[in-house]
Amino acid sequence: MTGPDEKGTLMRPDTPRLVGEALTLGYDRRTVAEDLTVAVPDGSFTVIIGPNACGKSTLLRALARLLRPARGTVLLDGADIHRRPARQVARTLGLLPQSAVAPDGLTVAELVSRGRYPHQGLLRQWSREDERVVDRAMADTGVAELADRPVDELSGGQRQRVWIAMALAQQTPLLLLDEPTTYLDIAHQVEVLDLCARLHEEQGRTLVAVLHDLHQAARYATHLVAMRDGRVVAAGDPQQIVTTELVEEVFGLPCRIIEDPETGTPLVLPTARRRSVPAA
Amino acid sequence: MIVLRLPGGLSLRLRPRALVVGLAGTLLALGLAVLAVGAGDYPIAPADVLRVLAGGGSPADRFIVTELRLPRLATALAAGAALGLAGAVFQSLTRNPLGSPDVLGVTSGAATGALTVVVVGGGSAALAGAAAAGGLATGLLLYALAGRHGVGGHRLVLVGIGVTAILTGVNGWLLTRAPLMDAARAALWITGSLDGRGWANALPVLGALAVLLPAVLLARAPALRLLEMGDDSAAGLGVPVRRVRAAALGSAVLLVSVAAAAAGPVSFLALTAPHLARRLTRAPGPNLLPSAVVGAALLLAADQLAQHAVAGRQLPVGVVTGVLGGGYLAWLLAGERGGRR
Repeated sequence: MTGPDEKGTLMRPDTPRLVGEALTLGYDRRTVAEDLTVAVPDGSFTVIIGPNACGKSTLLRALARLLRPARGTVLLDGADIHRRPARQVARTLGLLPQSAVAPDGLTVAELVSRGRYPHQGLLRQWSREDERVVDRAMADTGVAELADRPVDELSGGQRQRVWIAMALAQQTPLLLLDEPTTYLDIAHQVEVLDLCARLHEEQGRTLVAVLHDLHQAARYATHLVAMRDGRVVAAGDPQQIVTTELVEEVFGLPCRIIEDPETGTPLVLPTARRRSVPAA
Repeated sequence: MIVLRLPGGLSLRLRPRALVVGLAGTLLALGLAVLAVGAGDYPIAPADVLRVLAGGGSPADRFIVTELRLPRLATALAAGAALGLAGAVFQSLTRNPLGSPDVLGVTSGAATGALTVVVVGGGSAALAGAAAAGGLATGLLLYALAGRHGVGGHRLVLVGIGVTAILTGVNGWLLTRAPLMDAARAALWITGSLDGRGWANALPVLGALAVLLPAVLLARAPALRLLEMGDDSAAGLGVPVRRVRAAALGSAVLLVSVAAAAAGPVSFLALTAPHLARRLTRAPGPNLLPSAVVGAALLLAADQLAQHAVAGRQLPVGVVTGVLGGGYLAWLLAGERGGRR
């Protein structure tokens, strides 16, 4: 099983494992978000959306322990994530960053193996458990037959699945993904999101993803966080919160919302500038 | 990749090819060393060399081997290993095949320290100390300017090139200020030379290697490998990015500084050895141990060429490493441009 490990937590049962409280976030002197509070419901597929530069990736970086908040705290299992050792956090919370680089010539199996780092030690470099978990992660993401291929020879969609496999091999109950569909064509976008949904449903992992596409977000998320200008405008079940008013407020886009005929989730249709005249 | 599993849950992962390169390189370096100890105006047969090393041999042989030739060899091996190892760490940290301590200014900083002593006056111990201090100060400056934000390679390389340019200017100025006799000595030092090196030169480098090789190599190699995938990926896997980078950079700067103090800023070795090691092992990652072994063998071989290539005339070893290392690198890069890897 590559499923999450059930570490006992000293939490009140109603508090989610990952919470950002009153966060002020920024780089150097530029503040991106102020007094931001978000909770990631346990067992959810949470998707963060918003226009460019609204602070959604910055928020994800803070939740992933990559960015230290200027004010406020990110709590993982009730403890300040920045006061806990990196390796310990990496056994609970995995990350698929935007900027990952595969070194020249590294094979798929070697890359996925690197996901075991937080579980390894100087004298415990490759246990049978490591091997089993890596094989399972490659099977779960459909990259097992690529195991001996160099990562830099793969297509964009395959490569993204390999990186997800690496994060899976980390065996974390929480997995954060920063724009996992960027630069992929539509078929590979759906492939990656279907994989995420499967990991969420079948393995019970809590997923947090930053996405651009509102339609995909509404389709896959069980919990949607809509941001604009460093604020959370709305958070909740997409069925309930995706309205024309929300899309107008968040993206400044006039639209209609209909039911997605495939899934019954909200489908956002931008208002047409002009209607085409049907041919006679 | 082979996995060694021992009772008690211990497991080790080894790359056979890297292991072979490491062992073959070590044997080659040691074999060369035995031949080199025998070579010179007073030739000693390899069997006699081994006899001396085992504690026997004639008094004359003993004196020549242990007091005259062995210290120079030990300096070459230790400085070569230190430069190869430091070069591998630098190239890994900067994620740039050209990100070596020569390019980033650490060796220029060591030269500035040494030249200052030449101008102000001082013995060879002061010169070595000042060279080490100059290298370390440059390393600190680099870290302060580029490492602060946890920023990776790109910025470090650009800042380093700037620092090198400034220090080259300073070094030129110092050379013009030195008295004529001292300027000749300084020019020799700047080229990199192993002439007349004794145990006092070899021991600090050997000591630094004995401490830093296990500390950098064993403890940090897996984290360094992960850092090559980007700061965010490494952090996501639980690598304390800032701490690892500071420790690795500090160790590499220390190694370059003590190596430069012992042998001068030998050019191109720190740049070439990791490239050669990677080509031989064909393994991704910093290739730390193979780089150290290749560096040691290269500097020893270059020093032998420097001593015996031109009959009756000894060259500074830096001339040989510069010509051969530079040539090799140009050939390598030209080949890569043409699509070969």
